[in-house]
Amino acid sequence: MNQTTQLSDHRSEHVRNGAAAAPPPAPATKRLRPTSTQWAAWGFLAPVTVYLALFYAYPLYRNLDLSLRDYTVRSFVQGDAPFTGLANYRKVFADPTFAPALVHTALFTTVCLAFQYAIGLGLAVFFNQNFRLSATLRALFLVPWLLPLIVSASTWSWMLNSESGVVNAALHAIGIGPVDWLTSPSWSLASVIIANVWIGVPFNLVVLYSGLQSIPASLYEAAAIDGANAWQRFLRVTFPLLRPVSAITLLLGLIYTLKVFDIIWIMTKGGPADSSTTFATWSYQLGFGNLLPAFGPGAAVGNLLVVVALVFGLVYVRTQRRQALS
Amino acid sequence: MSRSRKRNWVKTTIGVALTGIMLFPVYWMLNVSLTRDQDMRKSPPDLLPLHGTLAGYRTVLDEQLPYLGTSLVIGLGTVVLTVALSAPAGYALAKLRPRGAGIVNFVLLAAQMIPGIIMAMGFYAIYLQLGLLQSVPGLIVADSTLAVPFGVLIFTAFMSGIPGELLQAATTDGAGPLRTFWSVVLPISRNAVVTVSLFAFLWSWSDFVFASTLGGGGAHEPITLGIYHYIGNNNQQWNAIMATAVVASLPAAVILVLAQRYVAAGVTAGAVKD
Repeated sequence: MNQTTQLSDHRSEHVRNGAAAAPPPAPATKRLRPTSTQWAAWGFLAPVTVYLALFYAYPLYRNLDLSLRDYTVRSFVQGDAPFTGLANYRKVFADPTFAPALVHTALFTTVCLAFQYAIGLGLAVFFNQNFRLSATLRALFLVPWLLPLIVSASTWSWMLNSESGVVNAALHAIGIGPVDWLTSPSWSLASVIIANVWIGVPFNLVVLYSGLQSIPASLYEAAAIDGANAWQRFLRVTFPLLRPVSAITLLLGLIYTLKVFDIIWIMTKGGPADSSTTFATWSYQLGFGNLLPAFGPGAAVGNLLVVVALVFGLVYVRTQRRQALS
Repeated sequence: MSRSRKRNWVKTTIGVALTGIMLFPVYWMLNVSLTRDQDMRKSPPDLLPLHGTLAGYRTVLDEQLPYLGTSLVIGLGTVVLTVALSAPAGYALAKLRPRGAGIVNFVLLAAQMIPGIIMAMGFYAIYLQLGLLQSVPGLIVADSTLAVPFGVLIFTAFMSGIPGELLQAATTDGAGPLRTFWSVVLPISRNAVVTVSLFAFLWSWSDFVFASTLGGGGAHEPITLGIYHYIGNNNQQWNAIMATAVVASLPAAVILVLAQRYVAAGVTAGAVKD
């Protein structure tokens, strides 16, 4: 997926340069297609363009509109809610849930990323040694990533159950008392982080593994001849050469982790007492989780999340473009 | 020689052990799905389903079949919609080079970064007015937003690998762009069609956000909601919950066996040929 984004980006850069350049240069004129082809091209693109407008742009616009009006259930149906400007945003910033949600979102994202990346990298280096069965085992590692999130979340819920969970049974076997993983405020965030790390490791493994494959073996041989041991080879060869792939992996992981909603909602509903609430679950809680929905503030929280995701998305695009050009 | 072979076996053993740890939750799901009700709260729990029962799976057959059917219909609908939208777009971006392609590419990339919960809230507002809440077509359209940007990406990468001479030959033989696409490009892109279809199906099958916001409470609820209701009702029949989870995981298992090849084919086609 990485490869493919890079390629298409690279190409579009070319096209845009070709079209934007002044007419004289030969390559640019050669590249210009006759108008009939342009018509055909946009004919093929039209469905997806209309689709993007209707089912991405319009819901986003409606969401923005929601966040700027004072909606009640009645005015939601009738569509005559009064315009209140940034009142919903002010309400959200002043809400006692705001600070914990911010802290939890930051903690959840950074801790998940750190563990997913470290474990993924370790496994990628291990599987890069090509032993018997390595390809099969690597494929099996994809299972957690392919499972429906509700399946993973409910399995982890039962494994972490205070009385009957297998995790507490294992802890008991080595002499540690039971932990209220999902029902105590001090452990709920850790629990959802554990489950989410488990789900995210395969993605990191796959992308970093493909990055390792592109490091030429001759570099390792040269380092070995120079007397570098395995750890030094990792620090001096693998890690620096993997930096571009690592940057992409971490940025994509960041964008994905900010969005995580299903896992947390299914396992803890953001509780107990908001102890595992993030912006994603808070937004859902406001809009759909209560008997009296607060669509306006819910949409406002969601839009804050969109802004953060898009900022990192832009960083991602820039990083990728720089890598594609260099 | 024998020493390196021995080291190889050590690595394989470690690899098997690591995979075992990683897949333990999956094993546990299977184990619990086969556990009898009276053993569910046993401490310590049985590590093997020695007194295995299929009671959980019988409950799935009794209660969850309509949910599974709905998910199947929604999944297939999402596949058709996704391929129909993204294959032509991929062809245009890969081979016809329209002006403004850069903008379309950028919008597709940005679209993938919008959190699902935000899309869900927007869709909710729109569907409420259109009366599309709790409807299967509504869920198909919403679920397709998960797969269309990915689909365009895969088709673009794959179709860039089709030799230009082939398309030129079709044009020389008098085929218009539509015919070239339908009779030449699409048949060659079979692997990309399979890859996109499998992932579109998997994502729509697994979707929980749209299901719970747009599909909840209706006559046709997908399987993710079936499981969620089980948990939410404070149901203590964990063998039935886990049996449903096992059944809901089957598409993922199928994809792991089948798509391995297709995904690899798709990625190398994009990466190597260009």
